[in-house]
Amino acid sequence: MRWLVRGAVAAAVLAGLLGLARVIEGGLMEYAQRVLLLAGINVILAVGLNLINGTTGQFSIGHAGFMAVGAYTCAWVGQHLAPGVAGAVGAGAIADAISLNAALVSGAVTAALAGVIVGVPSLRLKGDYLAIVTLGFGEIIRIVFNNWKALGGATGYSGEDPAGLPAWTTLFWVYAWVVVIITVVRNVTFSQTGRSLIAIREDEVAAEAMATPTTRLKVVAFVLSAAAAGVAGGLFAHLQAGIRPEDFRLEKSIDMIVMIIVGGLGSITGAVVGGVFMAVALELMRDLEEYRLVLYALLLILIMILRPEGLFGSRELSFGWLRRKARGGEPAS
Amino acid sequence: MIRRRTLIALLTLSAVYAGCKKDGAAGGPAGATSGSAGPGAGSGEVVVGHYASMTGSEAHFGQDTDKAIRMAIDEVNGSGGVVGRKLKVVTVDTRGDAAEAANAVTRLIDVERSVAILGEVASSLSLPGGRIAQRRKIPMVSPSSTNPKVTEIGDYVFRVCFIDPFQGKVMAKFAKENLKIERVAVLKDQKSDYSIGLADAFKAAFEPTGGKIVVEQSYSKGDTDFSAQLTAIKNTDAQAIFVPGYYTDVGAIAKTAERLGVKLILLGGDGWDSPDLFKIGGNAINGAYFSNHFAPDAATPKAKKFVADFKAKHGVEPTGLGALGWDAAMVLVEAMKKAGGFEADAVRKALSETRDFEGVTGKITMDPQRNANKSAVVLKVVDGAAKYETTVEP
Amino acid sequence: MSQLLQQIVNGLSLGSIYALIALGYTMVYGILKLINFAHSEVFMVGAYAGYFAATWLGIESMEAAGQAFPLYLAVGVLLVAMASSAALGMAIERLAYRPVRNAPRLTPLITAIGVSLLLQNLGLLVFGPNPRRYPPVLKEVTYELGGVVLTNVKVTIFVVTLLLMVGLQLLVHRTWTGKAMRAVSVNLDAAKLMGIDTNRTIAATFGIGSALAAAGGILFGLDQITINPLMGVLTGLKAFVAAVLGGIGNVPGAMLGGLLIGLSEQLVAGYVSPDYRDAITFLVLIAILIFRPEGLLGVVRQEKV
Repeated sequence: MRWLVRGAVAAAVLAGLLGLARVIEGGLMEYAQRVLLLAGINVILAVGLNLINGTTGQFSIGHAGFMAVGAYTCAWVGQHLAPGVAGAVGAGAIADAISLNAALVSGAVTAALAGVIVGVPSLRLKGDYLAIVTLGFGEIIRIVFNNWKALGGATGYSGEDPAGLPAWTTLFWVYAWVVVIITVVRNVTFSQTGRSLIAIREDEVAAEAMATPTTRLKVVAFVLSAAAAGVAGGLFAHLQAGIRPEDFRLEKSIDMIVMIIVGGLGSITGAVVGGVFMAVALELMRDLEEYRLVLYALLLILIMILRPEGLFGSRELSFGWLRRKARGGEPAS
Repeated sequence: MIRRRTLIALLTLSAVYAGCKKDGAAGGPAGATSGSAGPGAGSGEVVVGHYASMTGSEAHFGQDTDKAIRMAIDEVNGSGGVVGRKLKVVTVDTRGDAAEAANAVTRLIDVERSVAILGEVASSLSLPGGRIAQRRKIPMVSPSSTNPKVTEIGDYVFRVCFIDPFQGKVMAKFAKENLKIERVAVLKDQKSDYSIGLADAFKAAFEPTGGKIVVEQSYSKGDTDFSAQLTAIKNTDAQAIFVPGYYTDVGAIAKTAERLGVKLILLGGDGWDSPDLFKIGGNAINGAYFSNHFAPDAATPKAKKFVADFKAKHGVEPTGLGALGWDAAMVLVEAMKKAGGFEADAVRKALSETRDFEGVTGKITMDPQRNANKSAVVLKVVDGAAKYETTVEP
Repeated sequence: MSQLLQQIVNGLSLGSIYALIALGYTMVYGILKLINFAHSEVFMVGAYAGYFAATWLGIESMEAAGQAFPLYLAVGVLLVAMASSAALGMAIERLAYRPVRNAPRLTPLITAIGVSLLLQNLGLLVFGPNPRRYPPVLKEVTYELGGVVLTNVKVTIFVVTLLLMVGLQLLVHRTWTGKAMRAVSVNLDAAKLMGIDTNRTIAATFGIGSALAAAGGILFGLDQITINPLMGVLTGLKAFVAAVLGGIGNVPGAMLGGLLIGLSEQLVAGYVSPDYRDAITFLVLIAILIFRPEGLLGVVRQEKV
């Protein structure tokens, strides 16, 4: 019975999303839509990264590398899959949807594999050493793509068509994946695994003493978050119509960290807000011209000094929280 | 608690602000901008958008180009504007980032209501930007993206510079025929598609003539040490080094080569053109040759005036990127005048019919692929200045 | 053979600069367990301070007239640069790091990234994005020995680095300030209880590390010909790798790490492929951290529970 209700809820959410996407696409100028698309991609990145950086407390500053792996895989698979799919079901929205999602899944899988390769040796380390190792891996991945001639090298990959990769990244698909990723991450976070992950964050030695398989769980969280970055990369590739290694440099990883910091480490709600904030704030600050990035950096420092726990801390926005709030009680942390 | 409320309120406000700006500016469904009642209608200033790297590691390229574009548009406005309307340049920063380049072009079209777009310098940023301009059917003129792929995007994307294969051919031919060089080492920037494209084009043109590429070395944008690569080149029998990079690196490369006793002729492309090349390279760069769009000493009166005006206004000599920015703006203005207005399709058509336009960088004619068909010059560096050597016709 | 020697000479001089910068990372990490990402920008500002000091002293007109820049002025330029960087480093510590010193470990790390971004973008804004030729504070003379080219700048780099290293080693092990630094690095709270002014000691650490980075900045400018506002990004990262390689918190280790990184970079670029030069540097870093996180000369410190 329960799965029936859940299925109905999921269907309703997707239908609502489809309707909303249609309305927005009809009524909003493309610029605002682009910002919304980037915001959605950011949310996927932030929610995924938050699982490892926030919930588990293992800091990665190399996630741009996983995003790159996902983006390149997704772009390449999409290019090679699309003709076959179009041949089988006829070209059109359905064929595009099949190709996109198959490509995204393959991007997620390869990014997850990369996550295993990087995570297994790295996650023995802690704190800033782990951070630096992931930074190193992220840069190595970028350099490999930069020298990968078949994928365009420094010029990047945009398929055979001069107009670039097909524009499959629509509002509906981005936000459908946002829902999927948030659901998965939420379910992991509030499961027994999630409790163990938080235990690792709070005190790894104590967690180990309580027979928590810390290394295995850390790798699981790391791989999940790499897979989310891969999905985001694939969506980004088909939004940009082309990708190049420079799109995934260290700055991208830092942007992701800023997103989860602004919202509050360890909070899914915070990651969502941070992802949206990053996309919207950088665009709103355009009027500042060359002072924009100076202010962006200043903002980051000030948040760290004045409110290091971010906007939400580790609190979550949930119906229960809202109800308690309405009654005037203290929110549960 | 209060602080959090404030922050949330700020966020909400900013979202509302984004919404309002949209409603005020677009006032209709997406895509309506390309219609004939679009942005060019009315009687106020007409916006020409420019997207460029004004910040970040490629800021010097964007800033040089932007200065020249603004000069050109000021000049046009000074002489009455286009069909009685004044033009206004709105510059949007890309900070050298591809996603931001796409954002920038979309913003220029939707929010700033640009009738046409100028930019980018880097081909890797002109590609995402150009794709959007093409889809939205707004004409775009790139001043200096030399990768052939840029104008292959579609019929709304133009450029006023020549493309890599041509420039590579120019230098290969010059090296083989004029300098009688047989063996060349290549030192390219492996992070820059401009540098890689030009290196490949040179190779493709040089080898069939019987020339030999002895060794290919590379560096990455941001590197400052070139001694390892130059030491490796020193130990080959190369007679010259082809360095298809930007002036920002070439000066230091020449200095390092001199220091290491590498006495080979340096050859390069239009990325060299900047007073900084001589400032940094000093004596070490003397005797080098590079292909360019125009020769300052054998320049037309128009080019001389541009150089003088630029110097008067900004206190420094313009770079090649500046000259191309000026031409891009002027070619666009010409097309608007010819089209008798700002309607996108008419401007596109007029742009494609550009014939023998007298620009700073030479006579510009759009070929059917929307690339500027123009001659290249080869310059020799003599006593810290570039001197005209020869002209190579396409 | 001469090619190999040439690559080694180049590698040693590049490595010496990495070593000078690495000291700042190593000292701050030793004392605060903080990767001071902003250190690479302190290095950049040091180079620019030297540039402006030399220009203000009229180096351009001297050069145009064919005169050499007098040695006492060159030393003055070095001191000005070291003083400005020291001031900047201490200001960063006071304004950005001290408020978050007792926050969870990652808060200062992110603050450091923020300060680094801030200084990079301010540098682009204030100094302009174009690279500048470094004025010949030291007139370059080249010697050629059996096909190997050596410049007085490279020799100076090596000697100055060595002298500053020895000086620092003496300071850390022979003075009260050094003793205080070592005490704070072992246990900050205990040091405070013993009457050590920890704030002052930490400020001094930042000051000294930053001054050394400024010296590195000037030598870098002389050797690498140009400087630009983003020059610290990659160089700083490599210097950090050097610090980790040698054993973070360890002064001779920083020297060893710097030289090894400089050498490996030159040899990889010269004999393998410059395309993978940075990748190999990062691989070295990863391998060291995974297999010997205490570095080559570091001492294993058991983490107490």
